[in-house]
Amino acid sequence: MPVTRGFFRKRPESAAGRLPPGQYDTGGSWPVLTAEATPQIHLDKWSISVDGLVDRPATWSWEAIQRLPRSSYTGDIHCVTTWSKFGVTFTGVSVDDLLEAASPQADARFVLAHSSTGYTTNLALSDMTGGRAWVVWEYGGQPLARQHGGPVRLLVPHLYFWKSAKWISRLELLAEDQPGFWERNGYHDRGDPWLEQRYQGDP
Amino acid sequence: MNSPDPEALPLSPIDDVVPIETTWTTGRIITKDLPTPETVRLRMLVEDRQRHAPGQHYLIRLRAPDDYTAQRSYSVASDDDDPLVEFLVERLPGGEVSEFLSDVAEVGDVLELRGPIGRWFVWDTRTPAFCLVGGTGVVPAVAMIRTARRLGRADRLAVLAVGRTPGMLPYVDELRQAGATIAFTRHDDGQRPAGAPSREEVLPLLDSAEVFYVCGSARFAEYAVPLLIDCGADPAAIRVEQFGATG
Repeated sequence: MPVTRGFFRKRPESAAGRLPPGQYDTGGSWPVLTAEATPQIHLDKWSISVDGLVDRPATWSWEAIQRLPRSSYTGDIHCVTTWSKFGVTFTGVSVDDLLEAASPQADARFVLAHSSTGYTTNLALSDMTGGRAWVVWEYGGQPLARQHGGPVRLLVPHLYFWKSAKWISRLELLAEDQPGFWERNGYHDRGDPWLEQRYQGDP
Repeated sequence: MNSPDPEALPLSPIDDVVPIETTWTTGRIITKDLPTPETVRLRMLVEDRQRHAPGQHYLIRLRAPDDYTAQRSYSVASDDDDPLVEFLVERLPGGEVSEFLSDVAEVGDVLELRGPIGRWFVWDTRTPAFCLVGGTGVVPAVAMIRTARRLGRADRLAVLAVGRTPGMLPYVDELRQAGATIAFTRHDDGQRPAGAPSREEVLPLLDSAEVFYVCGSARFAEYAVPLLIDCGADPAAIRVEQFGATG
């Protein structure tokens, strides 16, 4: 592709290796990008389920999930709209613990994450295990704000942030990959920021 | 669909004409102007162009001599029928792409483009629709208006556009001519005092709408979505496109 006449790098290079290709450091801000009306969810009615190809379908209430071991992520997040945010901390529980309780069957290879709004996003089960995915309700030690997916959202920070479904309510285990909301609307099925898998048709 | 719609014939269903997969291409700037102090309008001739539906966007990517790139997405203002693809970009202070497009880019320059993208914030041109849009968020509504006019379906689209003042609302004349309702938050036009649109102003416009489009800043969307719900819009039928200071 041709060099753009008159365009030069203005932003300083960030810490080596920290910024995936095509991304920039948004600094202190956290842009809100949502395709639907932001829902009001009360904790006394909130729950999350793990079902589909599992031996023991499981549901946790807000109280029940609090009894699981707490787990935090501190690191970076990357949005497909090209901002990255460094050094954020989310706290909740590891998806590993939810999956272990539900016991995925041998043919479960994919997860369709559902939000209470009807939003869905698809992930490989291998991207949800091994301490790389969380269900979180705290950001920087404070309750997660509604516009950022509160009370509880999914967090899969090694993939573009649309995979970290806001207002998470259900993890459905599947044998075949089933495109979610943005994926049906032209976005990539895996969404690895380091491979720049933004849209359908990317490698 | 219960029955065939004879008017639907000029445009095939979106799934048949709008590509799911897109690749990078290039486009040449054919015209450039600054319709408001804070915006730049580019009309571009796109190589290997693919068809688009109103509401979709393109990515514009800039490439530095050291191969550093910056890309942002911009809504399309033009109809699919237009030989050029039109973008209206808000110039954000410190925005590395929007400042370049506003201050540096010239007619004749070639930019990298990818699109059309997005199959959610898209109007099928048949379902009765209402757009509540603010500032440069009017852009996808302009595309919808232009496409509706070409297809003779202007009666299926109602638009309420919100701007601070007439001089700061892009496409204000075109919106007016198309019958859009205009609300200024900081300008009294003699018929309407300055202020955000009220429930009473929105209600009569919803009429038969079955799908609702909200486009504007995050702050605008935070106002507009509850307003629509308060007016009886089904939250599941509201589609939101927000933009922020992402450059």
